[in-house]
Amino acid sequence: MIGEYLENLVNLVDAYYLQIFVNIGIAIIMALGLNLVTGVTGQLSLGHAAFMSIGAFTGAILTIKLGMPFSLNLICSGLMAALCGVVIGFPILRLSGDYLAIATLGFAEILKVILLNLDITNRALGLSVPLPHTPIPLPIYVWLTVLLVLAAMVLIQNSRFGRALRAIREDEIAAETMGVNTTLYKIQAFAIGAFTAGLGGCLYAHFIAYINPSDFGFSKSVDILNMVVLGGLGSIPGSVLGATLLTTAPEFLRFMERYRMMVYGALLVFLMIFRPNGLLGGVSIRKLVCKALGIKPGPRKPWHRISTRKAGG
Amino acid sequence: MLTVENLTVNYGAIRALNGISLDVREGEIVALIGSNGAGKTTTLNAISGVLPITAGTIRFMGRDITHLPPHQITALGIVHVPEGRRVFPRMTVMENLEMGAYTCSDKETVRKGFKEVFQWFPRLEERKRQLAATLSGGEQQMLAMGRALMARPKLMLMDEPSMGLAPMLVDEIFKIIQAINAKGTTILLVEQNAHLALSIAHRAFVLETGEMVLSGSAAELANNPEVRKAYLGE
Repeated sequence: MIGEYLENLVNLVDAYYLQIFVNIGIAIIMALGLNLVTGVTGQLSLGHAAFMSIGAFTGAILTIKLGMPFSLNLICSGLMAALCGVVIGFPILRLSGDYLAIATLGFAEILKVILLNLDITNRALGLSVPLPHTPIPLPIYVWLTVLLVLAAMVLIQNSRFGRALRAIREDEIAAETMGVNTTLYKIQAFAIGAFTAGLGGCLYAHFIAYINPSDFGFSKSVDILNMVVLGGLGSIPGSVLGATLLTTAPEFLRFMERYRMMVYGALLVFLMIFRPNGLLGGVSIRKLVCKALGIKPGPRKPWHRISTRKAGG
Repeated sequence: MLTVENLTVNYGAIRALNGISLDVREGEIVALIGSNGAGKTTTLNAISGVLPITAGTIRFMGRDITHLPPHQITALGIVHVPEGRRVFPRMTVMENLEMGAYTCSDKETVRKGFKEVFQWFPRLEERKRQLAATLSGGEQQMLAMGRALMARPKLMLMDEPSMGLAPMLVDEIFKIIQAINAKGTTILLVEQNAHLALSIAHRAFVLETGEMVLSGSAAELANNPEVRKAYLGE
């Protein structure tokens, strides 16, 4: 009943705009996940698209082979990516900075080659993904997921765990001497980031209906990193804005035809020169809202009133 | 309380500490003095678990902590105030202090911790919403100490608290260190300014290129002709 109503609603939207709208949603999911790893925890990852591909192929195969209900499929895809995140994070998160970046890059390339050679992923031909049976239309699914991921990220960043992740970014050794199990926390952050990338990948596979390992290469990872850096490392509203802008910019710039990507590149360069911390880096949305409403921002709630986690870990 | 025996630490092929031993008894201020590169900071880093240990044992309150990871050592009650303070620059003073109380799950204790830290360092309360990066050097040292106190340590390892501070501030910081000790926290202090360190310590150890060359009560060492010549500038 409701599903039918929503279906009609979605059909009212022009297919072109609907596609962009969904692309923005998926980009936001991807950017929020990477923001937790790179922006909040400070671990530079150049392989975020690899986790997206794990989610995409897991989702596609589960739909094709098992016809699994989509919600369950989505969760399985996320979990599969998270599992890979833990397995790969365990050895490489001991590295720092540039070394970690190179290791994540290497992981992504290896995974791409594996996916290009497996029978189950149909090798270089890629997979056509049938439309899943969903109670509500897929675009709405995508945006529901966006909202859930957004809410989860806000909760995580304002929790004790989130504060510990930021401490790791600021000074890993100092965080360690404060009693933070930094290796464990970095792996957890990495796994959560991979989980959201898995969700994004699964949604992408079913919406685009065709996936190929080459869709999730280095340039895709860099695209996602651009969104996070452009929005402002560590800023949730920044990631949302960065993902939205960078997904829509090539569309806005369509009138420039073949100069489009050149202008796109120049935009990035100028933004980094004039806003090196990103568009919303260091900007407190809360304070801005308070200012606009003409009220004085009160103190932020301390963690022990928000957090339900016990000490340890 | 803390016993270090035959501690050896290597940085790759370079030996930084060559089988040193020292002990800290409950309630003491123990100073570890020596010139640049003697291995003072290495000793503290090895105790707090930040550095891997090549040989030797470290025991704390009867427990072998030689190969425990840093976060477990912190949980046992050893808190390190590292060299160069290492506050979290893009976090507020409050958040830094909250990080200090990381091992503490009881909110009542955390609240009491805040109250105490602000009593020791009223300046921090004035600046509690400021980012740590915007504090002066002295304030950052106070924040690093306050952050360590939030963990309610049994033993505080302090690395060069006087580094880069104006003489007046140094006096203030050292008075506070003495007061913290008087309230029951044991302190192991690394300091290049031997004069200052010996003036507040009960006992002291002298490190020279990775070897422990002298030890004794602070008064004894302050009168030792060799120490006077090498470290007190006479």
